[in-house]
Amino acid sequence: MKNTASLGILAWAALSGATMAQDVTLTIESWRNDDLTLWQDTIIPAFEAANPGIKIQFTPSAPAEYNAVLNSKLDAGSAGDLITCRPFDASLALFQGGKLADLTDLEAMANFSDVAKSAWQTDDGAATFCVPMASVIHGFLYNKDAFAELGLEVPVTEDQFFAVLDKIKEDGTYIPMAMGTNDQWEAATMGYQNIGPTYWKGEEGRLALIKGEQKLTDPQWTEPYATLAKWAPYLGDGYEAQTYPDSQNLFTLGRAAIYPTGSWEISGFNTLAEFEMGVFAPPVKAEGDTCYISDHTDIAIGLNAASPNAEAGRTFLNWVGSEEFATLYANALPGFFSLSSFDVPMEDPVAQEFVSWRGKCESTIRSTYQILSRGTPNLENETWGASVAAIKGSETPEAIGQRLQTGLDSWYKPQP
Amino acid sequence: MTKPRIRWHIGLFLAPAVAVYTAVMIFPLFNTLRLALFSRVDQERVFVGLDNFRTLFLDPLWSDQFWNALGNNFWFFLVHMLVQNPIGIALAAILSHPRLRFAALYRSAIFIPTILSFVIVGFAWKLILSPIWGIAPGMLDAVGLKSLFQPWLGKEEYALTTLALISVWQFVGIPMMLIYAALLSIPEEVIEAGEIDGVTGMAAFWKIKLPLILPSIGIISILTFVGNFNAFDLIYASQGALAGPNFSTDILGTFMYRTFFGFQLQLGDPHMGSAIASAMFAVILLGVCVYLFGIQTRIRRYQL
Repeated sequence: MKNTASLGILAWAALSGATMAQDVTLTIESWRNDDLTLWQDTIIPAFEAANPGIKIQFTPSAPAEYNAVLNSKLDAGSAGDLITCRPFDASLALFQGGKLADLTDLEAMANFSDVAKSAWQTDDGAATFCVPMASVIHGFLYNKDAFAELGLEVPVTEDQFFAVLDKIKEDGTYIPMAMGTNDQWEAATMGYQNIGPTYWKGEEGRLALIKGEQKLTDPQWTEPYATLAKWAPYLGDGYEAQTYPDSQNLFTLGRAAIYPTGSWEISGFNTLAEFEMGVFAPPVKAEGDTCYISDHTDIAIGLNAASPNAEAGRTFLNWVGSEEFATLYANALPGFFSLSSFDVPMEDPVAQEFVSWRGKCESTIRSTYQILSRGTPNLENETWGASVAAIKGSETPEAIGQRLQTGLDSWYKPQP
Repeated sequence: MTKPRIRWHIGLFLAPAVAVYTAVMIFPLFNTLRLALFSRVDQERVFVGLDNFRTLFLDPLWSDQFWNALGNNFWFFLVHMLVQNPIGIALAAILSHPRLRFAALYRSAIFIPTILSFVIVGFAWKLILSPIWGIAPGMLDAVGLKSLFQPWLGKEEYALTTLALISVWQFVGIPMMLIYAALLSIPEEVIEAGEIDGVTGMAAFWKIKLPLILPSIGIISILTFVGNFNAFDLIYASQGALAGPNFSTDILGTFMYRTFFGFQLQLGDPHMGSAIASAMFAVILLGVCVYLFGIQTRIRRYQL
């Protein structure tokens, strides 16, 4: 079946002209449909110019459907040559299922630290199967013009944060904070995982949770839900039905002053917002506390094990691991920070501010991604609903913690 | 006496339809039922008998979701039966009135949403009802009823009913058309005979027309039942695969999709997904059997 298909493609390639005969076309599967033009206009031409004979096609699908679509395509044998990798278990399962090729011996892997590679390795770190591309950092974008107009200072502590929200609400010109609960993941990703690391002390809490030394019922894991519950009065009218694009538009149209977010929004917002954007880190509890940020290893790229063009694929992956790609990508997509060891210069001021926190604060990744979302019920998906329930006040933080821990206990036995 | 000839041509003529139907319907159906009896353990597919169903019905983590989805499905169906079909019948009765002008225009206008894609309908209504950009708050404000506005699609208590009513809006044309056709097929003489006996106006509808279109109403009910229990598209298009808020709009279709194909970090599990699909099949089969043996055989038919 597959042989006839590839024969067909060969025949078609042969028919389409003798000059093209040696060209190999690599297809990239991705969820970054927002980046289509960037790939087509910047990245692909740069690669094709340096590597004649290899053509690249970027074929993204919608983010929420990506995993489902990709899995069915891989099972059916119709997936592209290069696979954009989600961090941790989704990709690990693909590697263990023999769908992703082992890239441990790829030359470019030397350009990445162990931490950068950890999201795309087997649990023992023996095999690496995707080339890390970028991480994203969480924070709060704000409208600088609005802050100047209302005479507001950028908040550092949580008290200051709520004081600022109060002032914006009192003034009434702006919606204090743009976030809705309709799509659920914003509440978890931009809410819980954004402010949470400060409470559970980043890596310390995350690893303790995996080892079973901490429980989701512990105060450091339930307190962020209590804080989220305090957000509700500052979100716009009808936030229950507000979608992610609604929130994006409210902020870029200048109707909302603060937008809890991740750095991936920068490039999109730069073209939309007509005011000056600033960003502040998740507030700490008391002045002088160590700050923690979520610097999440988010995106990598691997090779389909069934790809007939493995050689060309590895050439491309080596290029993805190069300094040239890191610089291209980080500047074309400010907000996606390179994971390579190269010192990549960035021009965007907001992106610079985001990345400067790496020096001041402790970095961690999202707490639910490694190992803990391997079973059913899936902790990450459960956290979406839990964060929404916290904001709406339909469940107490303690009840949420209890529910999540019970779900986790049902399939996860920590390895001490 | 000659033996009756074997009529090969019947088989020959049936063959293409049977082959196509087997390939695209019967085989996948039985394969799904078969898949539900397996599970994946350490990359190996192993036969586990009815274990998946035991998990689905007895493990509280799964059964809560299943009963929630089934309950939501019944509510979705009930709204259609109580709102869509009576309105459809009423519209058909009005349209078949001989003195109604522009009947064809109304008929087309009401039927048009039916041919729209779910994605368009879901998206359009989401925008109409949006508390931020939607026209619904503005329209309510214009008549002084702003206080009645709620972010309906975002509230657990209203979201499912709202979606059911959107679906009613989209599909009310189907019962209308079927009943309309049934009403037109009632011979004029029957109505006239009724008029001579003094049965006119509303009484003519209740006493003569309604009993005559009862078989059509039965067919519509069963079509609604099957359609609703297979529903997926509208919920998926407007609320996503997590069927928010807090699973309040989760129906069997979205539950099956999430389980079978996976969602975000949740990995797809074709075996549990097939178990849910089999359960859906059983529910629908049961419903259709109840209708066929319990109701349809008792409906009195009149020879016209």
